[in-house]
Amino acid sequence: MSTVEDYVARIEETCGEEKNYVVIFKYDLKNQAIAKILKKAKVEKSISRIIFDLTFENVFFRLYGTGKAIFRNLKDKEELQKVLADLLL
Amino acid sequence: MLDPYKIREDFPILKRKINNHPLIYFDNAATTQKPKQVIEAIKEFYENYNANVHRAIHTLSQESSELYENAHEEVAKFINADGMEEIIFVRGTTEAINLVAYAWGLHNLKSEDEVLVTLMEHHSNIVPWETLSKINGFQVKYAEVNDDGTLNYESFENAISHKTKIVCLAHVSNVTGVINDVKRVAKIAHEYGALVLVDAAQSVPHLPVDVKDLDIAFLAFSGHKMLGPTGIGALYGKREILEEMKPFHGGGSMIKEVTFNTMTRRCSISLNDLPWKFEAGTPNVCGGVGLMAAVRYLNDLDMENVREHEEILTEYTIRRMQECEKVQIYGPEDASLKCGILPFGVEGLSSHDVALFLDSYGIMIRSGFHCAQPLHEKFRLKSSARASFYIYNTREEIDRLVEALKEIER
Repeated sequence: MSTVEDYVARIEETCGEEKNYVVIFKYDLKNQAIAKILKKAKVEKSISRIIFDLTFENVFFRLYGTGKAIFRNLKDKEELQKVLADLLL
Repeated sequence: MLDPYKIREDFPILKRKINNHPLIYFDNAATTQKPKQVIEAIKEFYENYNANVHRAIHTLSQESSELYENAHEEVAKFINADGMEEIIFVRGTTEAINLVAYAWGLHNLKSEDEVLVTLMEHHSNIVPWETLSKINGFQVKYAEVNDDGTLNYESFENAISHKTKIVCLAHVSNVTGVINDVKRVAKIAHEYGALVLVDAAQSVPHLPVDVKDLDIAFLAFSGHKMLGPTGIGALYGKREILEEMKPFHGGGSMIKEVTFNTMTRRCSISLNDLPWKFEAGTPNVCGGVGLMAAVRYLNDLDMENVREHEEILTEYTIRRMQECEKVQIYGPEDASLKCGILPFGVEGLSSHDVALFLDSYGIMIRSGFHCAQPLHEKFRLKSSARASFYIYNTREEIDRLVEALKEIER
C-alpha cells in the first residue's frame, strides 16, 4: 500500500510571517502526484498549465508543474499530512 | 570592467539546466557559486597535500602547514590587515561574531555597559549579543533604520553613550544591500571609547575593504559568499585587542604547553601565539586553501571592477523592474548606495509564491525574512523576495527575470 512518503521528497516550512508549507514531490513520481492532485482538487486558476491555484476541502494551495506545492493557512504539519494523504492516496 | 561571459566559463554549475531552463542564479547573498580554480585547489589539496597542520615534522605536514599559513597571509592582504596574526579562520561570519561575543564580550561587558547594534542586522549580529546580555546583564540598544532602509545616523548618535562598549553593525545589509558608512560610525564610536565590530559578510565579497581605513576592531566574513567553500570564514581583529582576549575554544593547537603540577594536581596552560590561540583543534585546512584560491580569483578581477559590475547590474534591474506594474522594490532605488542585493514584492503574492514561480523558469531567488526579522517588522513586511547578483550575472539574465515577473503579473 502506498504512503504519502512514497510521493513526497521534502516538506519545508517557509521562513517569514506567513507559516506556509512547501511540499516537494519526488522527481520520478512528480507527474503521477500532480495528476492525482488535479483529479481530486478544484482548479480555481491555471497559468499555462504550469501553475495551478487549487482548493481542496477548504484548503487553498498552489501547485507547480516543477513538482512543488505551497499550502497555506494549515494548523500544523499533521493537518498537512492529512490533506496530502487525502489528495495522493 | 568585468566580462561576465568570460567569467561564466570558470563556473561549471552555470551550464546546468533547472526545470528545462538555463540556470539563473540570483541567490548570491546566501552563497555564491564556485569557479573551477577553487574546485581544483580543493581537489589538488586532497590529492597532493593533505595532512594535519602544526602537528608533525614530516614533509606532508610541513607543506600542508605552509599552505594553511599562506591562506591566512593572503586573506590578511585582501583586507589590508597587518599579517596573519590578525586573521583567525572560523566556520563563517556567525562563528566569528560569537567568538568576539564570548572571547571578548563575556570578560569585558559588565551589567552597566551597553552594546549598540542596528535594526538592519542579520540575526547572527543580534542573537549572540542578546544571549550574552542574559548572562552578563548589559543592555543591547538598537539604532533605527530610515524608511528607505538606510541607517538612521541621528538615531545611532542618540543611542551611543559612554556606556557603549562595542558597536556592532553590518557593512552591507543582507536584505536591502544598503552600504553603511562604517568610517563615520567608527569615528563616533571611538569618541566614546567603544570598539567597532563589522559584519562584512555582504561587503568583503563585493567591495574593496580596507580594515585600516575603516579603523575598526573586528571584521567578520564568510568564504562561501565570496566564491570559497562552505565551513570557512575569517575574523579580523586588531592585534593588540586579540592579544588581550581570552581564547574562545579550548583544546589542541591553541596552547603551547599543558603541564601537570604534581603538588596541586592541576594542569597549567600557556596559550599559543596569534592567530592559533583562537583556532582550537584540527582546523579546516582544505577550506583555508579553497578560500585562498577564491581570494586570488577576486584579486585577479580587482574588487573595484566587482563593485562596478554589481552597481551596473543593480541599476539596470531597478530600471527594468519599474516596468512591472505589480512589483515593488524595497529599500533605496539609488544603486550607488547599494551592493547587488534587491528585495522586492509582487502585489497579491507571497514572496514564496514568487520564488516558486521563478524557480519554474530556472531562476533561483530567495524568499522569507533572510534572517533579518526585525528589519522586516520595521517595514511591516511579512517576508520579501530577494535577488542578489555577483560577478557571473548578466543583463540578459535580468531581462529573463523581468520577463518572468511580467508573466506572473498576468
